[in-house]
Amino acid sequence: MNEELLVKVLARAVQRGATAADGFLVEESRFAAAVRMGEIETLNHSSEQRLSLRVFAGRASAAASTSDLSRESLERVVDEATALAKITAEDPHAGLPEPGALIERVPDLDLEDDGSDITPEEKIEIARRAETAARETDPRITNSEGAEYSDRRARYAYATSHGFVKSYATTGYSIAVSPIASRDGEMQRDYWYSTARKRARLEDPAAVGRTAAVRALRRLGARKMKTVEVPVIFDPETAASLVRAVAGAASGPSLYRRASFLLDRRGTKIASPAVTIIDDALVPAGLGSRPFDGEGLATGRTVLVGEGVLESYLLDTYSARKLGLTSTHHASRDGSGVSVSTTNLMLLPGKATPKELIGSVKNGFYVTELIGFGVNGVTGDYSRGAAGQWIENGELAYPVEEVTIAGNLREMLSAIDGVGDDLVLRDRTVAPTVRISRMVVAGT
Amino acid sequence: MGAGFGMTDLVSTRPERFFSDRFNITAGLMERVLGGNLVGKVDDADIYLEYRINEELLLEEGTVKKASRHVSQGAGVRAQSGTRTGYAHTDEISIRNLDEAARQARAIADRSGTSGAVALASRGRPHDLYSLAEPPIAAELARKLDLLKRIDTETRAVDPRVNQVIASITSEEVVMLIATASGWTVGDIRPLTRLNVTAIAEEGAKREIGSYGGGGRVTFDFFLEDGRWRRFATEAARQAVLKLRAVDAPAGAMTVVLGPGWPGILLHEAIGHGLEGDFNRKGTSAFSGRMGQKVASELVTVVDDGTIANRRGSLNVDDEGTPTGRTVLIENGILTGYMQDRLNARLMGMKPTGNGRRESYAYAPMPRMTNTFMLAGPDDPADILRSVKNGLYAVTFGGGQVDITNGKFVFSASEAYLIEDGRVTAPVKGATLIGNGPDALTHVSRVGRDLQLDEGVGTCGKDGQSVPVGVGLPTIRVDEMTVGGTAV
Repeated sequence: MNEELLVKVLARAVQRGATAADGFLVEESRFAAAVRMGEIETLNHSSEQRLSLRVFAGRASAAASTSDLSRESLERVVDEATALAKITAEDPHAGLPEPGALIERVPDLDLEDDGSDITPEEKIEIARRAETAARETDPRITNSEGAEYSDRRARYAYATSHGFVKSYATTGYSIAVSPIASRDGEMQRDYWYSTARKRARLEDPAAVGRTAAVRALRRLGARKMKTVEVPVIFDPETAASLVRAVAGAASGPSLYRRASFLLDRRGTKIASPAVTIIDDALVPAGLGSRPFDGEGLATGRTVLVGEGVLESYLLDTYSARKLGLTSTHHASRDGSGVSVSTTNLMLLPGKATPKELIGSVKNGFYVTELIGFGVNGVTGDYSRGAAGQWIENGELAYPVEEVTIAGNLREMLSAIDGVGDDLVLRDRTVAPTVRISRMVVAGT
Repeated sequence: MGAGFGMTDLVSTRPERFFSDRFNITAGLMERVLGGNLVGKVDDADIYLEYRINEELLLEEGTVKKASRHVSQGAGVRAQSGTRTGYAHTDEISIRNLDEAARQARAIADRSGTSGAVALASRGRPHDLYSLAEPPIAAELARKLDLLKRIDTETRAVDPRVNQVIASITSEEVVMLIATASGWTVGDIRPLTRLNVTAIAEEGAKREIGSYGGGGRVTFDFFLEDGRWRRFATEAARQAVLKLRAVDAPAGAMTVVLGPGWPGILLHEAIGHGLEGDFNRKGTSAFSGRMGQKVASELVTVVDDGTIANRRGSLNVDDEGTPTGRTVLIENGILTGYMQDRLNARLMGMKPTGNGRRESYAYAPMPRMTNTFMLAGPDDPADILRSVKNGLYAVTFGGGQVDITNGKFVFSASEAYLIEDGRVTAPVKGATLIGNGPDALTHVSRVGRDLQLDEGVGTCGKDGQSVPVGVGLPTIRVDEMTVGGTAV
């Protein structure tokens, strides 16, 4: 990796009058093969690199990035960023982390597959096996949006103008399938996927395909419901979106902008005691794992919510200084500079099996899909399109669609009265099955 | 040109000249790469070059805190045989890389052989929809910073309860050049800018957010004209303050009146995506096989038009080199048209409609919308509201989403009011509206004469690719739609 390039770029920024600078370099290559109805649909190869830079002029700063790593282009980017930093306002909280706080030894989190690559034909075959299994599950699987295999290899380097430079590498593999079930003119699509840091840890493509098919089939015959207030159970996929909403509202930039329903709630009860949410960057081979954050700070395990109490916010150096706190090492680099992001974020499991949770509901809604953007992080107001299964006398009775579920996150979190034991670390943000005692389901 | 290359060169140079000066890539060389690797061996192929500069300025807490500038460049090579597409891209624009990408893209064709269905030539005169005296990215930084500061003051002055203002100006310039296997090379220079204002109002423990903005393929001065920036600022503050006294939104099926402009996102979600060529070729859209059938009330005519001057969703040519057009999707309630890219048009035996778009060189194009809107009807908007006994009047929306296969779509109202006895009364909290694409528009019973296009803020996501789009709507009455509130 071209860490030397990064160091040179930062040196030039200082030469041009910057008082400090840091930079992130990403190099990645990707391959994706999509198959539809048994035929190859697309093959996609790519290799890319991007250098992003943050420059300080005293307490003022600016950011720049480029995918053009030629010397001329880099020099221009540095000069422009340095010039931009001189026009932004002084901000007493701006600046790099203290040099002494930066990571000294980068731990090996086992994020890279060291096996040899397989051929494009073998990759296409993985996608084909997944789709074929979905289509062969049932004659009602009549069509498909296809299946995709993809892999990605990336290296990340971070450096500061104080002489710090560290890097790490990752790989990622995924399979996704999206079959369509139909009956009597009705069509329903669903999907399933598997994703892993190591190719060998991907689930069997045929099993992924069959799960996707079963998910699509169970939606056939969906009904609309009358508007009603009932217990609502979120399956693990949809429950993960609630966890994401909590993390968004607990992130530093939302808080210092006063744009969060969790403002001033640190140390107070924000959810039922059944709720413990952690963010753990150090899960070996974890999909969201990273040894250091976007400012070179060593990552760790953060308890966001402990038994219902908001224990910590998620902060980078800037938002921490703004709030009079210290960084929780959640900085991530994006196009416009530094932001906050989670790593492996999870709602810890409870004791009940999903079957017991469903069995506890006489009349209610089991949600398996949510659509739309109806979550207001400032007020906690929540209203989203939903589909799933209706629960009658503790059993999944029939599929439901074209309804909304609505409430307010503050009340919803407090109304969580059941957390399943079915947590699987299959994505960056995960949750087990969750039961909320009451929500409004709007339909006809 | 190297280091001497600057913003003014960028905006005064034609795309062919730009790529030949900067990367030594000429149209002739691109054709040679296509000819040597792809022509005659596949059904269709193209090479797409792109150079993009993006600038973002962000004000919060009264000062401009974030300023950033981004450059991205790259080339994508595509080869197609039958339904198969090989795509390779690189961020280093050189003949060696183009050749390599072409070989990778062709690998797929070697697996399959050609289908014999040869691509239509996509010739046609590109439009000239956004030649600007000064592109927004070239406007002086000091003027932009000054405007952001004035917006901050103006927004706070609307109401003492406004205590946070976040305002941003983003500007972009994209130079693209595409060479297709049919021997057609065409380029475009695309300016784009957007001004956004967010206000947060607080009263006691209550806190609310309001956002407003606009833009297009226009000069920076656009924001200064017709009091536009002041209106954006006032609107953001007004919405935030209004919501402090909002009541719970109703829940259940009811009559909904949509205001003009941005509520046109209804069309984008309810029918637009479902009429994109790819889903219809594959038979995976809720609208598949319904051409010529009645899918809306006879009052409804919907078009997708990429040729409106200076609009955010407009293009001189699409990202496959086809000039954009105006496609009538629904005429007097009857489904009449799909939006097509070259691949799906070829496979369906139709003509490309200029809707082949991509987020950047890193992606192969697919059928996408441009500016999608409903034509005006005969009614006075005030009469439409008076005609409703009880219902919801929704005037501003956030985002939306659709499940293309079963047709279910949502869009979320961020400013809405109760209608009681024909009068607009209490503001309600945000709520998601849900419906079924193929029949939602059959419930349209009144169409106003007040067609408006949105202010220029839309971004559409599909398969992980984002592109700028526009929508538009006159005031309409929808007799039945499910409103996802909490008041039962």
